[in-house]
Amino acid sequence: MINTHDILETINMIREENLDIRTITMGISLLDCADSDADKACQKIYDKICFKAQDLVKTGENIEKEYGIPIINKRISVTPIAMVSAPSGADPVKYAKMLDKAAKEVGVNFLGGYSALVQKGFAAGDERLIRSIPEALATTERICSSVNIGSTKTGINMDAVRIMGQVVLESAELTKDKGLVGPSKLVVFCNAVEDNPFMAGAFHGAGEPDCVINVGVSGPGVVRAALSKIPDADITEVADTVKKTAFKITRVGQLVATVASERLGVPFGIVDLSLAPTPAIGDSVAHILEEMGLEECGACGTTACLALLNDAVKKGGVMASSHVGGLSGAFIPVSEDAGMIDAARSGTLLIEKLEAMTAVCSVGLDMIAIPGDTPAEVISGIIADEAAIGMVNSKTTAVRVIPAIGKKDGEEIEFGGLFGVSPIMKVSTASPAKFISRGGRIPAPLQSLKN
Amino acid sequence: MRAIITVVGRDMVGILAKVSALCSEYNVNVIEVSQTILQDMFCMIMLVDVSKSNIEFTQFSAKCESLGKELGLSVNAMHEDIFNSMHRI
Repeated sequence: MINTHDILETINMIREENLDIRTITMGISLLDCADSDADKACQKIYDKICFKAQDLVKTGENIEKEYGIPIINKRISVTPIAMVSAPSGADPVKYAKMLDKAAKEVGVNFLGGYSALVQKGFAAGDERLIRSIPEALATTERICSSVNIGSTKTGINMDAVRIMGQVVLESAELTKDKGLVGPSKLVVFCNAVEDNPFMAGAFHGAGEPDCVINVGVSGPGVVRAALSKIPDADITEVADTVKKTAFKITRVGQLVATVASERLGVPFGIVDLSLAPTPAIGDSVAHILEEMGLEECGACGTTACLALLNDAVKKGGVMASSHVGGLSGAFIPVSEDAGMIDAARSGTLLIEKLEAMTAVCSVGLDMIAIPGDTPAEVISGIIADEAAIGMVNSKTTAVRVIPAIGKKDGEEIEFGGLFGVSPIMKVSTASPAKFISRGGRIPAPLQSLKN
Repeated sequence: MRAIITVVGRDMVGILAKVSALCSEYNVNVIEVSQTILQDMFCMIMLVDVSKSNIEFTQFSAKCESLGKELGLSVNAMHEDIFNSMHRI
């Protein structure tokens, strides 16, 4: 039998340190549902999702009970709807409503893939879908949207960057009476990955199989607890401890992914080794950085600590799983992380520091509330900066900012639940309007002469 | 399928008896038991075989939890594989 210490360690991780499986996400290809008749296409989409995902939630719940590990979310990602809706030429919002209906029918809390991939330019249906995002997010409950506007291989589509600034702002305006849910479900990516199980940026890439199970693990609390046991260790030992802990966390993800894939009769795709925080006490990435020795997240040294954490999580996790993918790394969504919220409130954590942090961790400027009067071109400027970091460093970056309509910096907005609370962060008001209005493309960067 | 039942809490008379009685009631076979005192807490770990159990494992696990509540202890029954996968390569 496994020794007592190991058994109790596992129990402790789950009960006291918030170890959980953050999401089991079923990726479903809708490429075969495209039709020149929008009604037919929507019906095919609804039928396919309801058929493929009929047992997803129940299977997840059973695994949760049997193995004693909480599985927080069961979700679905689908082929970018811009591709599926293009042949009909109809209003893509119609598709969004049908997806929402299917999500409710199978009982998943979010469905991602109201997306378009426009890193090099707009194909038929892309711009129409992008323009419809504010309405789609305001009139549905469970749909998440993402748009990829750049990549290392193609450069950045600045026309899309300009439009996305307007789309983010409009999403906020249309949902200002609904807790600003619109922009909290909208991610603008550079180098988007096709197998990401995490919302709001999940979609099922065109190169993926017909149906697949991806699992996202989490456990910032476990990593922090492990580090708290070695308060005087040097950094080599800190990195080693993070690696070992990430290994254990990921093994649980691999187990759940394997069991879920067997029971659902759907191939296993990847485990996403992410440290995804929640606003719950003891579930914060910022607190890990503070445990390493920072007075508060945002202090000088934060970027270095995060780089170490992000790298060690991957190194530990890679060996624990047969296939690793998705975003894999540490997430830094401000409103969803108790430590980040405190650091932003106290003024230690600024948007400029967060931008630097995004250069060394997975994803980017995530769940950051900005003043409601921020002009669209400034939001486009934020997107362009973040995309440039991703493009040059060959990594995924993203922007999910929430323009807090009617509020100014220094105030706070509350999203509730997993989305948390966010102090509104100050953004430079100098205008990039001329730069943004030029349009065109930023050419793909050189891959040699790296300095 | 094999599962691990963990009992953690303040020591008292009859813990082993009560948990074993629950196992026997649902035809769950106890394979191995170990007991230790860890940081003043009583810890008991039982490896059990639930393949001939007369109820679903998820129900049995719920029964363990409610027994725990009754006794003021933490009693959990979890599939053995979660421990195997985390601690063995």
